[in-house]
Amino acid sequence: MLGRLSWAAIPFDVPVVMIAAGSVGLIIFCVLALVTVKGWWPYLWREWITSVDHKRIGVMYILLALLMLVRGFSDAMLMRSQLALAAGHAQGYLPPEHYDQIFSAHGTIMIFFVAMPFVVGLMNFVLPLQLGVRDVAFPVLNSVSFWLTAAGVLLVNVSLVVGEFARTGWLAYPPLSEIAYSPGVGVDYYLWSLQISGLGTLLSGINLTTTILKLRAPGMGYRQMPIFCWTALASNLLIVASFPILTATFAMLLLDRYCGFHFFTNDLGGNPMMYVNLIWCWGHPEVYILILPAFGVFSEVVATFSGKPLFGRRSMVMATMVICVLSFLVWLHHFFTMGAGADVNAFFGIATMIIAVPTGVKIFNWLFTLYGGRIRFTVPIYWTLGFMVTFVIGGMTGVLMAIPPADFVLHNSLFLIAHFHNVAIGGVVFGVMAGISYWFPKAFGFTLNERLGKAVFWCWFFGFYLAFMPLYVLGLMGATRRMQHYSNTHWQPLMLVALAGALLILLGIALTVVQLVVSIRQRERNRDLTGDPWNGRTLEWSTPSPPPVWNFSLLPQVERSDAFWATKQQQGTAQDRRDRSVKQTYETLHVPRNNPTGFFLAFFAVLLGFSLIWRIWWGAGLGILGAVVVCLVQAWRTDGEIEVPSEKVAAFERLHGLKERAV
Amino acid sequence: MSATEQALATGDAVPLSLRGPASTGVVAGYGFWLFLLSDIVIFAALFASYAVLSGETAGGPTAAALFDKKHVLIETACLLASSVTCGFGSLAVQSGEKGSTYFWMTVTFILGVAFLSLEVSEFSHMLGMGAGPSRSAFLSAFFTLVGTHGLHVTLGLCWLIVMLLQVATLGFQPMVSRRFFCFGLFWHALDIVWIGVFTIVYLGAHL
Repeated sequence: MLGRLSWAAIPFDVPVVMIAAGSVGLIIFCVLALVTVKGWWPYLWREWITSVDHKRIGVMYILLALLMLVRGFSDAMLMRSQLALAAGHAQGYLPPEHYDQIFSAHGTIMIFFVAMPFVVGLMNFVLPLQLGVRDVAFPVLNSVSFWLTAAGVLLVNVSLVVGEFARTGWLAYPPLSEIAYSPGVGVDYYLWSLQISGLGTLLSGINLTTTILKLRAPGMGYRQMPIFCWTALASNLLIVASFPILTATFAMLLLDRYCGFHFFTNDLGGNPMMYVNLIWCWGHPEVYILILPAFGVFSEVVATFSGKPLFGRRSMVMATMVICVLSFLVWLHHFFTMGAGADVNAFFGIATMIIAVPTGVKIFNWLFTLYGGRIRFTVPIYWTLGFMVTFVIGGMTGVLMAIPPADFVLHNSLFLIAHFHNVAIGGVVFGVMAGISYWFPKAFGFTLNERLGKAVFWCWFFGFYLAFMPLYVLGLMGATRRMQHYSNTHWQPLMLVALAGALLILLGIALTVVQLVVSIRQRERNRDLTGDPWNGRTLEWSTPSPPPVWNFSLLPQVERSDAFWATKQQQGTAQDRRDRSVKQTYETLHVPRNNPTGFFLAFFAVLLGFSLIWRIWWGAGLGILGAVVVCLVQAWRTDGEIEVPSEKVAAFERLHGLKERAV
Repeated sequence: MSATEQALATGDAVPLSLRGPASTGVVAGYGFWLFLLSDIVIFAALFASYAVLSGETAGGPTAAALFDKKHVLIETACLLASSVTCGFGSLAVQSGEKGSTYFWMTVTFILGVAFLSLEVSEFSHMLGMGAGPSRSAFLSAFFTLVGTHGLHVTLGLCWLIVMLLQVATLGFQPMVSRRFFCFGLFWHALDIVWIGVFTIVYLGAHL
């Protein structure tokens, strides 16, 4: 009846898990109780859960990522504290089979459920506003994408309490991940949660690519398009081209596990190294899916806070697109040790080093933008400067490992761990944090507390160096990744330093929460009434903060890049622009109606995934049936849009004009 | 109207990329094209796996011993013919003729079912000989590649039924015509993939 599911699946005998699960359960219960008591359900349902507004969906993606950052970071704390203890005769407090689940979950969560939703969320929120249009190409599909991602998140977290997670590392290499060596449900949790959220990511990639290429304000050609849109375009093209490889690869592994196929098994002709090749054909572009939008954020931030147009805009665009193409030509550098031979390794080694060229171009573009500018030292520019220093170091250790003979020594060592955290934290996390503090006032209508924002930055900055510089050294000393215990006690001091760094980052995360709370309490003092708190250059700053559902009451006419900056130069003072906008005549607009399709699809996707993991076949059938019914209902919906009468638009603009005048 | 037609119809000198947001029809078609590209990437991964594993028969039956060229030729003819009738059906949708839409799309459906039943008979014949997907890596890759294509055809047939019901209940609304247009793209794309399967899997077996 319930397949492999029984009470034995819940680890009552593991206190760490039970305490964690108990406290998370308690928090969820309290939140739900609060929402129910306060009667917030109708509001949540109407304004958030069924919303197809790209701004709301973007905010939900980022909230999801912040929550999962806490989860992924607690895994990191467990690992760092275990390794600080488990030297010589001490065994630490985590048994190997638990430790293996922790590092697998940490990697999976941080890439798929923290970095991805952060980046996709930022793109969702920003793109239509920067492009000067009213929404993404397919608003309902956008909501489906978000909820499928959330479904994957739910499954990963369920694995903490019901059953187990994979012990295979974050990419689940076979033959270890085959049914013969991982007979439990851990790998199935991994595979199904990533298949479901991967589908969401793919749909989002298609949606945003179509948005950038087909929906732009009149006059915004590719030469006028903001640089963040360019980097987002490269990122989404990579999603469309690479996520299907991930889907196909996982499908093959699932067939091996569920139906006895022999794609990656050791026997009957299977080829485990084919999995490694395929997964990195997705995995390497994935790195650029994450970092390119971060580069876009830094470009916007540097130009805005230097008060100058971006230096070398064209070369920046070209560098972005070159990285986009090259990212598909370097996957083999993740496994030089496979033994493909000197020629193959040399090709991929050189291709990898070539990527440093466009990246270097970008670094110089940012530097020359800063040069001679009137730099305002706000929180986003702190993150940007921190990024430039940190990322150059990470990039250079990357080039070092691109030399195949050097990689034979460093492969699977802590040096590698230090390298990719160097670029993932120093690049992606710093970029996302810069983006959040930069666009927060646009989303919510007030700025974040600057002092606390800077404190958060310093915690992450120094925390990163303390936590990962020792890992470079340990890697050179011979420490490997994924070890739960080491006998060489000389490594322990450096492990302790790394733990101190992790604690500093923990403080940074805690201060982020404090910053949010303080900023919300001080929101009246920090209101952004003009919609342009930073003296911005691109179109999102021409809208009120927060923008109306329809974003732009009149579609902007674009003549050059940095379109809003140009408008500010031509049309004189804010007073003039306001007077003009009040005199305008507005048309009746159409905005997409709320739609629960995404939420219901995610519900049935969770049912389907959970049932397949535990081999509950009737549940899987029910999940598919439910999803089909939801799709059919959506197919027959003909009331997809609602009208916003022109008077309402005009009234909104008048009100915004009054607010602005009060400044 | 396609984007190029639009550009020709307006006839002014403003480049297409500067004219502002494209129409819903263009956007929907474009998005679906991107989806098809991503779908073809899935097939590319499966083709690559087949290419790697096609020699790994593990002492079991080889490709040359298993495949019946005549059978596959008839299968191929059915699918290619269904693309032609689907084309006539799309023309009928464009001109809003219900009768001929039903006719051509029903013919398409029947040809699709014929293709699928031929494929199922081939699969069951192989399973009967003990040449199932768990026999060897080669057969795993074969069943996955060809089966994924078959699954796409099956989903396409389901979609076709839904579209015919939509025409019956909603008529030729812009929304319905757009979806029919996407269905046509999907159906032709499956043909292109099948050409690859025919060439690489079935003809390649006799190289």
